[in-house]
Amino acid sequence: MLLAIDTSAGTSVAVVDLARGVIAERGEADTMRHAEIVGPFILECLQEAHVAPADLSGVVGGMGPGPFTGLRVGIASARVFALGAGTPLVPVISHDAIAYGHYRRGHSGPLVVVTDARRREIYWSAYSQADAVGLPVRVGQPGLAKPADLDDEGWLHAGWPRLDAATVSAGELGLVAELSYAHGRPFAANEPLYLRSPDVTLSNGPKRVSR
Amino acid sequence: MTINRADPLVLGIETSCDETGIGIVRGTTLLSNTIASSMDEHARYGGVVPEIAARAHLDELVPAINAAVAEAGIRLSDLDAIAVTCGPGLSGALMVGVGAAKALAVALDKPIYAVNHLVGHVGADLLQGELRHGDTNTGDTAPLEYPTIALLVSGGHTSLLLVRDLVSDVELLGETIDDAAGEAFDKVARLLSLPYPGGPQIDRVALGGNPKAIRFPRGLSQPKDMAVHRYDFSFSGLKTSVARFVEQRQDAGEPVPIGDVAASFREAVVDILLTKALAACADYGVPRLLLGGGVIANKRLREVATQRTDAAGIVLRIPPLSLCTDNGAMIAALGAQLIMAGHEPSTLQFGADSTLPVGQIQV
Ligand SMILES: [Zn+2]
Repeated sequence: MLLAIDTSAGTSVAVVDLARGVIAERGEADTMRHAEIVGPFILECLQEAHVAPADLSGVVGGMGPGPFTGLRVGIASARVFALGAGTPLVPVISHDAIAYGHYRRGHSGPLVVVTDARRREIYWSAYSQADAVGLPVRVGQPGLAKPADLDDEGWLHAGWPRLDAATVSAGELGLVAELSYAHGRPFAANEPLYLRSPDVTLSNGPKRVSR
Repeated sequence: MTINRADPLVLGIETSCDETGIGIVRGTTLLSNTIASSMDEHARYGGVVPEIAARAHLDELVPAINAAVAEAGIRLSDLDAIAVTCGPGLSGALMVGVGAAKALAVALDKPIYAVNHLVGHVGADLLQGELRHGDTNTGDTAPLEYPTIALLVSGGHTSLLLVRDLVSDVELLGETIDDAAGEAFDKVARLLSLPYPGGPQIDRVALGGNPKAIRFPRGLSQPKDMAVHRYDFSFSGLKTSVARFVEQRQDAGEPVPIGDVAASFREAVVDILLTKALAACADYGVPRLLLGGGVIANKRLREVATQRTDAAGIVLRIPPLSLCTDNGAMIAALGAQLIMAGHEPSTLQFGADSTLPVGQIQV
C-alpha cells in the first residue's frame, strides 16, 4: 500500500494499492491552501484506509511540474513523511498521473497534457500512448512554454490531442507508482520540476539619494 | 495521544528565512542545533531572495533532520512532539517547514505545536547543556526570569517585546516601521561597496573608524515621534543619510572615510536600539533585558549593551550566538515550554502566517 501526495496544482492525497486501486482520496482544487490542508488530508486518508504509517510500502511524491510554492509543500511532506515512517520515497512526475487517468478513461493514442504555470505560461508533457499495462509513454519531457508556442505548426507535437488539467489526482499518481514498481519501470528523479529559475532582481548598485 | 509533560523530547523545525534549522531538546536540555544556511546563495544578490531560500529549505530538510537525530542520539520514534515555526517570516519558506512538520507529526503519530518565531528567539535563552557554547554572559545557568524586555534584531525583524510569561503573555512594544536593522547593515555595506552580509563587513571596517566622526540620525527619537512611536524603530532615514554623506564626498572628489562612516553608522544603530530597549526597561520597571536575533553577533552592540545595562542596574542576557541566529532549537525549546505548561497541541489545520502577531505564541 502506498500513500501518495501531490500539490503541483491543488492538493491531493490518497492511499492506493495495486490490487485494490484507490482506497482513500482527498482533493482540494484551491491553489492557496496547500500548507493548511496537506496534513489533515494525509491523516484522513490513512484513517479511512485503516493503515498505519509503518505498514506503507512507500510514499509517492508528485514532483511536478508545478508552481513552486505549492509544489514544494507536497514534496516536503512526502519526503519527511517517508523519513518519519521509515519507508521509501517514490518520486513520480505529476503529469504522468494526469495522462494515466485520461488513458484509463478511454483515451488512446497521442496526448499532450497541459497545466497552468502562472505568469501566462504553461507546463506541458507529450505522450504517444498507454502501454500494455496502462502506463502512459512519455515522449516529450515536461516543458515550460508560452501558450502560443504549442499552437505553432512547427512545434514537435503540434496537432496532438490536448488535455488541459487543473487538478492532479494523488490516487492516479499512486497507481502510476504501483504499476511502475510492479512492472519494473524506473521512477522519476527525486527533484522538484520547477522548470524555471528563481525570480531575482540583480542589484544595479545603490540608487542615488541626493540631487 | 498522551504527552510526556515532565521532560518532553521535542524536535523543532525552523524555515522562516534563510536558515533551515532543526533542533532537538529534552525539556530545557539542548541535544542538537543543526543549521543549514543558504546565505552564500544570496550573497550575489545583496539580500535574501525568498525563492532561493525556499528551494534550499526543501533540499536541506531531510539531511538536517537526519543530522539532528544522529547528533542527539535519539530515534524519531522517541520524540514526544514536533514544534514548527508558522510565522512570522517569508511565506513560501515557512510553508516548506509547516508542510514537513505536519507530515512528520502524522507519520510518527505525535502532537504538533505551531509556534511564533519571535517568541522562539526568547525561548532560546532557556536552553542548557553542553552544546550551549559561546555564552557571553556569565549568569547563564540561572533560569530566565519574568517579566523581561526582549530586543530581537535580525535581517528580518527588529522588535521590542515585553515578556511577562513565555507561554502565555508576550506583548509587542514596538518594531521597525521600515527596514530591519540587519537590512540596514546590508544596505549600508552596499553603499560602501562591501559584500553581503553587511554586519560582519561593517564591523570589520569600523575597527579603524571613529564612531563619533559623523552624527547620523537616530530614527524616531524626536519628541514628536516618541509620542506615537516610543518603542518603534526606523532605519531608512539613517540609510539615506549615510548615502547622502557618501555622495557628497564623492561629488566633491574627496575620499570617503569608510572606517568613520561604518563606525558612525553602527554607533547610530546600536545607540537607538539600546536607548529604546532601556527606555522600555525603565518605563515598565523591568530590570532584565534579553537580546536575540542574528544582529546580536555584532560585537559593538553586545559591548554597549553590557555597558549600559551595567550602568542602569539591568540584568543582561545574551544566549550564545548559535542560538541567537535563527535555529530550530529555539522552536523546540518553546514547544517544550508549552508542553510543560500544559498547553494542548495545535490542530493540523494551521497555515503559514507571514505576519503572525507576536502575541500569538501558539497557533
Ligand atoms: Zn529570527
